[in-house]
Amino acid sequence: MDFDALTLARLQFAFTVSFHIVFPAISIGLASYLAVLEGLWLATGRGVFLDLFNYWKKPFAVAFGMGVVSGIVMSYQFGTNWSVFSDKAGPVIGPLMGYEALTAFFLEAGFLGVMLFGMSRVGPRLHFIATLMVAFGTFLSAFWILSVNSWMQTPAGHAVNAAGQFVPVDWWTIIFSPSFPYRLVHMLLAAYLSTALIVGGAAAWHLLRDATQPASRIMFSMAMWMAAIVAPIQIVAGDLHGLNTLEHQPAKVAAMKGHFETQAGAPLVLFGWPDMEQERTRYAVQIPKLGSLILTHEWDGTVRGLREWPREDRPSATIVFWSFRVMVGAGLAMLALGVWSLYLRARVRLYERPWLLRVAVALSPAGIVAIIAGWITTEVGRQPYTVYGLLRTADSTSSVDAAAVGASLVAFIVVYFAVFGAGAFYMLRLMHKAPVLAEPGLDPGAPLRASGLMPGPVMDQESRR
Amino acid sequence: MMHLDLALVWAGLLAFAVLAYVILDGFDLGVGILFPLMPDERHRDAMMNSVAPVWDGNETWLVLGGGGLFAVFPLAYAIIMPALYAPVIALLLGLVFRGVAFEFRWKARRGKFLWDWAFAAGSTVAAFAQGIALGALVQGIPVAGRAYAGGWWDWLTPFSLLTGVALVCGYALLGATWLVYKTQGDVQRCAYRFAWIATVATLLAIALVSAWTPFLSEAFLHRWFDWPQVLYVAPVPLLVAGAAFVLFTGLRRRRELSPFLASLALFVLSFIGLLISFFPYIVPTSVTLWEAAAPDESLGFLLAGAAFLIPVILLYTAYSYWVFRGKVETGGAGYH
Repeated sequence: MDFDALTLARLQFAFTVSFHIVFPAISIGLASYLAVLEGLWLATGRGVFLDLFNYWKKPFAVAFGMGVVSGIVMSYQFGTNWSVFSDKAGPVIGPLMGYEALTAFFLEAGFLGVMLFGMSRVGPRLHFIATLMVAFGTFLSAFWILSVNSWMQTPAGHAVNAAGQFVPVDWWTIIFSPSFPYRLVHMLLAAYLSTALIVGGAAAWHLLRDATQPASRIMFSMAMWMAAIVAPIQIVAGDLHGLNTLEHQPAKVAAMKGHFETQAGAPLVLFGWPDMEQERTRYAVQIPKLGSLILTHEWDGTVRGLREWPREDRPSATIVFWSFRVMVGAGLAMLALGVWSLYLRARVRLYERPWLLRVAVALSPAGIVAIIAGWITTEVGRQPYTVYGLLRTADSTSSVDAAAVGASLVAFIVVYFAVFGAGAFYMLRLMHKAPVLAEPGLDPGAPLRASGLMPGPVMDQESRR
Repeated sequence: MMHLDLALVWAGLLAFAVLAYVILDGFDLGVGILFPLMPDERHRDAMMNSVAPVWDGNETWLVLGGGGLFAVFPLAYAIIMPALYAPVIALLLGLVFRGVAFEFRWKARRGKFLWDWAFAAGSTVAAFAQGIALGALVQGIPVAGRAYAGGWWDWLTPFSLLTGVALVCGYALLGATWLVYKTQGDVQRCAYRFAWIATVATLLAIALVSAWTPFLSEAFLHRWFDWPQVLYVAPVPLLVAGAAFVLFTGLRRRRELSPFLASLALFVLSFIGLLISFFPYIVPTSVTLWEAAAPDESLGFLLAGAAFLIPVILLYTAYSYWVFRGKVETGGAGYH
């Protein structure tokens, strides 16, 4: 019974957090993109930037709303299903999450209303400040929650008290735990890159129908610059993150690589099926010695395999091996898209080659796929612990009734697919509509449209001159 | 260094966060509860728009309440959440439906009525679940060691059902008086009617809950009826009567702001009444706030930031309300 409740609780967390992470990732990227667009509008006075701002504001609002409601679920799920973990880790990670609410959530929520509905009430400059505050809030939120996650991955700066709780000793060390800088950079870049691919995909979709649209050309160009510049940086950042993981969580890296034996001159396993029972990677397609070279930067460097750890301490290589490859594959595809766009841009053919546009459309979900695959890699790779090496997942749960966890899991699955499915549909429908010049502030039918002493359209036109 | 009882300070701050949540999200949940009672679609638009720019900030106090409990009283968080498992899940799912409705309703074409219902049902379920959770907390939570020791249906009692209904009535009152303040014309006329009904229902509910609570536990009984303590607690029911009088008078004379303020006062007073019953327990009547508190290093670290950040948050929240001050118009014209 314990096993069932534990598995169900893990499934519930995995399910709700996988849905949730998509929305903040898009919110982080789009909030910054919106700030850039509004800043460009204020700096240049070109109306097309305001049009793009108003165009992306709508899908942003939908994604943000879904992020808020799915995030509230996360903040209570620690208590419902993982109460022993909450009791023990609360004194260390609780204050970090408290800071997330105090610095990030209130900032976002406080200025979101002004950003969405307040242009005609506060004027463009204060409105720009509101947009910047929302973007800054999304960054702060990422900062704190990744600090929490990093401490769970590479705990530091704490002690254990008589009641068995982790207690803080040095906050600086806790917040900046060894894996935090790498994880933060990797995740922020992932959010920007994913958003760029979505923006680029939507732009390409419209350019395929009419390659002359100025607004779509601008957003396609911006998105392709992002792909060309950020994708290679992200690959370097990911590699550094991997080396950090090798130092602190070698078992996770062994699972990612599909290595069971500790060996000098280890091969790079390209594909295969890691079999946890038989302790070997079946059907392995591999390149000799390259694994050692990548991980140790020496041809004959020694690479530790999963057999170094007792069976009960190993993460599932079957999952981690493949989720890692999905992430890397998506990353390489993004890199290829960026390089291709540079080549066509140099030949002044960026908007005219339908195959580039088609590939951009096809790759628009690639960033999101990579984010989910990456999180599966790092979270499943942390198993069998919640606080790495210190608190086992099996010892973290509430003494929950399997039926209660199972019923709530079913409820979450039904509701999330229905509600967030509808949300994704509305976002796609918004993006399916081509951006037009003098984009209306919000849906004309919606009375959210602000019209004050200086009605929106009048002001827009004045600013455009 | 001066000794500061950090656990007590934090109990006060968390109580403030919960109260802020209850009165702020209370009125926008209340608007949702009343939503299906408004027959005209354009009037429903106005109802939703009266809270659209602020609901998200209002709900953030719930995250601070939950996150704060986790940070400051992790043991209480670890006990209360499993004890209130089903109501908490229902609350979260209710909030999902009503939260997304703010955006989805304007994006849908044929499906708009679905999101009308999602908004109304989600708000009502969330309010009812909060009321049940409150009732379950008041009636006490058994604890063994460092964990909840009761069953999965312990929260479900006649008392918790009563508090559930009471909170739905109370939020409806906050929502109705908010609409009186923020709207005009037909919407406001309807809101006055809702407010009358909600006032009667809320006062009745307060009376029933207040009469029942002291008999749930000896501690509560002594807290409220022992001499001379009764002198300290007696102002609370007297002030409730005063607020009820202001509310009735305001509604009869068609005042616009005083009914809302009187409803807020009812909530603040009921909340103070609850704190009087609870203190010093954070999990009634098993765990005191000092037993549940995280070590001082945790409390002090978060307090240093909170002391600066909470006033700043209140400032820009007030700014946001100020930006969207004035009446909401009916029929697509938006704010003016």
